[in-house]
Amino acid sequence: MSNAFFIDTTRCTGCRGCQVACKQWHDLPAEKTENRGTFENPPDLSFSTYKLVRMRETETDGKLKWLFFPEQCRHCIEPPCLETAQDESAIFKDEKTGAVIFTANTKNLFADEIIESCPYNIPRKAADGTLAKCDMCNDRVTNGLLPACVKTCPTGTMNFGDRDQMVLLAQQRLALVSKKHNQAQLVDADDVNVIYLVSEAPALYCEFAMASAGTHGLSRHMALRKMASPFWRALRQLA
Amino acid sequence: MTNHWIDIKNSDCILIMGSNAAENHPVSFKYVNEAMDNGATLISVDPRFTRTSAKADIYAPLRSGSDIAFLGGMIKYILDSKQYSEEYVALYTNAPFIVGKKFGFKDGLFSGFEKTPEGPTMGKYDKGKWAFEMDKNGVPKMDRSLKHKRCVFQLLKKHFGRYDLKTVSAVTGTSEADLQRIYDVYSKTGERGKAGTIMYAMGWTQHTTGTQNIRTMAIIQLLLGNMGVAGGGVNALRGESNVQGSTDHCLLWHIWPGYLKTARASNTSLAAYNNTWTPSSKDPLSANWWQNYPKYSVSMLKSFFGEKAEAANDFGYDWLPKVDDGVGYSWFDLFDAMYKETIKGFFAWGQNPACSGANANKTREALGKLDWMVNVNLFDNETGSFWKGPGMDPGAIKTEVFMLPACASVEKEGSITNSGRWMQWRYRGPKPLGDSLPDGDIILTLGEKIKEVYKDGGAYPEPITNLKWDYATDGAYDPHKVAKEINGYFVKDVTIKDKTFKKGTLVPSFAFLQADGSTSSGNWLYCNSYTEKGNMSARRGQEDAVNNIGLFPEFAWCWPVNRRIIYNRASVDAKGVPWDRKDWVVYFKGEEKDGKYVSRKWLGDIPDGGWYPMQNPDGSWREDAKYPFIMRKHGHAQIFGPGLADGPFPEHYEPLECPVEKNYLNAQMVNPTAAVYSTKADAHATCDPRFPYVATTYRVSEHWQTGLMTRTQSWLMELQPQMFVEISEALAELKGFQNGERVNVISARGKVECSVIITKRFKPFMMGELTVHQVGIPWHYGWRWPSSGKEDSANLLTPSAGDPNTRIPETKAFMVNVVKV
Repeated sequence: MSNAFFIDTTRCTGCRGCQVACKQWHDLPAEKTENRGTFENPPDLSFSTYKLVRMRETETDGKLKWLFFPEQCRHCIEPPCLETAQDESAIFKDEKTGAVIFTANTKNLFADEIIESCPYNIPRKAADGTLAKCDMCNDRVTNGLLPACVKTCPTGTMNFGDRDQMVLLAQQRLALVSKKHNQAQLVDADDVNVIYLVSEAPALYCEFAMASAGTHGLSRHMALRKMASPFWRALRQLA
Repeated sequence: MTNHWIDIKNSDCILIMGSNAAENHPVSFKYVNEAMDNGATLISVDPRFTRTSAKADIYAPLRSGSDIAFLGGMIKYILDSKQYSEEYVALYTNAPFIVGKKFGFKDGLFSGFEKTPEGPTMGKYDKGKWAFEMDKNGVPKMDRSLKHKRCVFQLLKKHFGRYDLKTVSAVTGTSEADLQRIYDVYSKTGERGKAGTIMYAMGWTQHTTGTQNIRTMAIIQLLLGNMGVAGGGVNALRGESNVQGSTDHCLLWHIWPGYLKTARASNTSLAAYNNTWTPSSKDPLSANWWQNYPKYSVSMLKSFFGEKAEAANDFGYDWLPKVDDGVGYSWFDLFDAMYKETIKGFFAWGQNPACSGANANKTREALGKLDWMVNVNLFDNETGSFWKGPGMDPGAIKTEVFMLPACASVEKEGSITNSGRWMQWRYRGPKPLGDSLPDGDIILTLGEKIKEVYKDGGAYPEPITNLKWDYATDGAYDPHKVAKEINGYFVKDVTIKDKTFKKGTLVPSFAFLQADGSTSSGNWLYCNSYTEKGNMSARRGQEDAVNNIGLFPEFAWCWPVNRRIIYNRASVDAKGVPWDRKDWVVYFKGEEKDGKYVSRKWLGDIPDGGWYPMQNPDGSWREDAKYPFIMRKHGHAQIFGPGLADGPFPEHYEPLECPVEKNYLNAQMVNPTAAVYSTKADAHATCDPRFPYVATTYRVSEHWQTGLMTRTQSWLMELQPQMFVEISEALAELKGFQNGERVNVISARGKVECSVIITKRFKPFMMGELTVHQVGIPWHYGWRWPSSGKEDSANLLTPSAGDPNTRIPETKAFMVNVVKV
């Protein structure tokens, strides 16, 4: 049984402690940013930003909402990036924790192909083509510690543990939250190890909150990816 | 906080108004979330839709500076709909007290008003006109049926009768529907067993009506029976980990440690001082705890001057400085005096006044008029480097600046006292870096050096030479010695109620302090914090109390005497049975015989005095009981507060700078007793077309105070890199602004460049027919960092005007313009 995150956005206050804790643990440099007319910053995930709290203003049913979504890798149960890479020295899964890990060897992959394969648009490349993303703080987790973002969260938004327990917690919270919010749902819960609870339509939080295949679900998207993978492999060998 | 952080979880309805707890007190939301999981309703009222509003069940906007109107409307609603807790109000508050015939209110003024010939205070009241009527024994006359036409309850009804929905809506810009909904939901906490709480901060205090903003809410909490109960109270969220502690230990000029009064020049002897400030009550049912005042003042003097303090020399009372009667010495007054070149030397200790105080241009100019300044801080800041700041000519500035590097909080040992009044001991982590030292070492050394200098005489050396200054161990500052000094010692063998306490032992609690010089205590309120049993604040017990409401009595220590919820005897009815049987705070469980209580026993929290309840089980009144509000002279909570500078009831006045030409509620525009400063650096502009928009200042999660510790952190600067101004989409369209472009925000006092954030979270206010725009700016920036020098302090814009009781500045409501760079 792998681990999983349960990210309860209904408890998130957008303090962004998780975003900073991620940089601190991974010793990632700050990006030089500007105020672009929003609190959300940096503007996107990057090679040195694995986690980004999306902060979106929306008006639904005449009611203003400010939705916070700590965006990160979903550590898919069947990761399309891994399938696409077909190179365990570059992308592998730690079966014990469920963490999907990118190594320095990702620079030998077709970066754009890997990025394209991700239904959540997560991986980002460096100038030399090396890819990076959330690693579940696998070094912490395998030493009995919580991921940095979970450890720092003051509100109970970020949770981490055995997948069974997280799924149970997610379902309990969904039942409670559904009483107030009829759009409440768990996002792609069967396909990922990072389960989000949202109270509004996922697309309102950020573009890739839900798997891009939308109504088909992640499994179908993955099936298509698998069918296409020999083609990608051939292409890479050619290169 | 009358309650504490964990206790928020016990609430049925949480009103967050005058604060933005989700952003500024992120950890509080652990408990807000817990309350909501249990069915609590969260209400957010704020001019701007904040991260707190994003989590709220109900959000309503209000125009900055209209809180009394908003809350006054709620008082009227509660009274009209009879949702107040009548039993509580009649028994525990001064609602039944009869007010004298001289009290009156007309055209926005209470009786007894007179204009002051010179500033900064605009006017003052003769508070004698607001006195209660006394019976022949000197006890206030009361009508517990609340029907007498001059009883506080009836006067309250009359006073807030003007605060109808339509008028309140026009003043606040909040829709009548929103007002009605919030009043209705919050008023329901008046039901027996329900509790509503308020989480407020500087959004309420930083106004010329700051004190009365909080008074208005206190009245609501009393009407609804929400004081003293779990999940209730009036809860000030302090802006730093130790703001509560610094206030307790007399950071402010008008108090001595433990909220004793600073001596006035007219208090010419210790006896005169004690007589002036010790209240007396003729009511046998009033504990009037402050009757113990001389025990606390004498013990404090013994702590300051040790063996040099003797009865024959008034325990050194003459050696402490006195303030002139009727003169203020607040932040504003100090910088005003500096600006006028009366003050020549200045220690800026752990602060950054060049950015943190209102009207910062005046402050920066004032710093240039000093002979010397010592800047004690972690890093250089806009204060230490003021002489090379924007618009300064270093060659023309004579001020000599010294920098003393202090170490960070984690590099030293000592205590902090949090908002919930918990004193918590903290151990040192890493050693201080470089030449930096703990504040304690800096001040200890400074004291030693000054004492050395005065050995050879000087102007009036006694206060310095007689000062007890023995807080070092092996040459270094010893926080344990100071903590023990604050608690206090028996300074000779003392026998109290058959028990003898040895000289040199620690006093167990303030009930043992004496007025004869046999005890010392640096702060009576903390007597019980460090006793012969050890350092109470270092305790880390994880067990809850018997009532299981999150008191955790053996975790750290809380003033007074580890009482976690103050006024808790108001959480029970006259017979000592909790209003709320589930989340009860204290419960009287004394033995009963023939319908009478015959022994005393309280369960739960430390009760506000262990006396019998007011009534026996058979309903007979006891003569040995005490009213629960023991710190009040008459034992009752004050719905009518005759001690404040600006009136016994709150009243809506407009901010000094406002967008409307008349006050919709009375004939006065501005609080007639506000403190307003008047040098040429103190410009104000109200209803001035040059400054058409209301502005307010606030904090963001990502920065801390003036930003000294966060603007130097690249990870935090990545999140909030630049000074910004938030404006509505409507105003952006009016001004033709593009999102993110640079604009200037300008007030009568200064100009700050900002990135514009166009947001749905600000909406124009409709004040009746009038559209009013409001903008908001954070106060965390300064020119020193980032190195562009372009991100400067919001306080360059804020006015030098303040509340008459506290002189806190009105930085939450003032007028600006926003123009393209």
